[in-house]
Amino acid sequence: MQRRGFLAMVGAAFVVGCNKVAETEAGANLLSAAERWHMGAQRLLRDRSALAPEYPRSKISPFFRGNGSTDPQNGDYQAQAAAGFADWRLEVRGLVDNPLSLTLDNIRRLPQRTQVTRHDCVEGWSAIGEWTGPQLGTLLEAADLRGDAKFIVFRCTDNLNGDDYYESIDMVDAFHPQTIIAHSLNGEALPVRNGAPLRVRIERQLGYKHAKYLTAVEAVASLDGIGRGKGGYWEDRGYQWYAGI
Amino acid sequence: MKRHSISTRIWHWINLVFVVTLFMSGLTISNAHRYLYWGDWGFQAEQAWLAVPRFPDWMTIPGYYSLAVARDWHVLAAWPFALGLLFMWLAMLANRHFKRDIATSRREWRPGHVWRDIKAHLRLDFNHGPGKYNFLQKLSYGLVFGVLLPMMIVTGMAISPGMGPSFGWMIDLLGGRQSARSLHFVFAFSILGFFIVHVALVFLSGPIRQIRDMITGGRTDAA
Repeated sequence: MQRRGFLAMVGAAFVVGCNKVAETEAGANLLSAAERWHMGAQRLLRDRSALAPEYPRSKISPFFRGNGSTDPQNGDYQAQAAAGFADWRLEVRGLVDNPLSLTLDNIRRLPQRTQVTRHDCVEGWSAIGEWTGPQLGTLLEAADLRGDAKFIVFRCTDNLNGDDYYESIDMVDAFHPQTIIAHSLNGEALPVRNGAPLRVRIERQLGYKHAKYLTAVEAVASLDGIGRGKGGYWEDRGYQWYAGI
Repeated sequence: MKRHSISTRIWHWINLVFVVTLFMSGLTISNAHRYLYWGDWGFQAEQAWLAVPRFPDWMTIPGYYSLAVARDWHVLAAWPFALGLLFMWLAMLANRHFKRDIATSRREWRPGHVWRDIKAHLRLDFNHGPGKYNFLQKLSYGLVFGVLLPMMIVTGMAISPGMGPSFGWMIDLLGGRQSARSLHFVFAFSILGFFIVHVALVFLSGPIRQIRDMITGGRTDAA
């Protein structure tokens, strides 16, 4: 047999073996357990509020690529965009004692945080941008977050392949100082490709956590029954809920 | 030839399984974005120093394109790989395998000695008298243990966005996140290069005996 053919056969046999392992329940459990070990190890190694690296403005990339949805066509998004998002609302709801419905102007008037950070896409590319917006914690406190809230779910207006985009984080990341509801990129209103008019920044995790086109921030006790129950659009398609790896 | 210790034998085969799993799932991850950059950022072909070829399905885990599943395998195999390397280092230091068999002496670095060893390898003469390994073997095993394998862990951690707050200095030292990603790729393929030469030399130097000895430990004899 040709050596190349032999290698291909051994490689393919190994791949088939791996696929068989992944198909068993124990194999699938093991694969998802590794993600939790990484999350535990990272939280052990660093302070819960330790900051992701921030850069000087001179390091900002000349362009900030968009990915996933870059121009939502569903609902009244196009009309809202044409009107400069004048009627856009962000709801803060769920397990809160004081639900909010905020205009963009309300959001711009809150105390702001500006941060120059690196965005790492799960695919492997990176871009650096300057984001401005209020901390999510400020909004949650204003809404009187209840003690039984365990996760924050981000509701988005964009729809990919028939499903509404959504994401979720736990309270460690929700109250992290760099978790902000950004309305500006590099000193200007967010471009549509980057999530206009509002997106969340969760700087210690990969790009798909940073949900765009935000319509609501929802406090929940469990992720069951939301989407397919895995905590996010990409998580429902097999991606890791903890995207810090 | 002295016996391979039990720790060496166990680590050798376990490590093989996890390195292969990491490499093959890594090829799927590479297929997700086939460009490598230097510095902190990079997102399009024109900025890349290398456009990596797309790897075919028989080389990748899983055997079809799924970045989500490949990442699951990669983060799972990373744990036993890293803990195994730590175990092997502790064992090598404790049983003196590193000092006795792998660490080189100044005498071995003399050009005449190195040249003799290169010529012996080219003649496929593996009868190098006393001592477990010859100079080139010590050098390559030393590089694999001391640089390539540990650097896979270091560069891998530097790519992980959650590690940035703790090891930002490490990312800077490597030249930025995209540089770390490039180095992760370069070191992975250096390990593949070692693997190919390693297997070729086993085949040229008595494969049955070599593989048997790495399982049973081999005979103890005076030489």
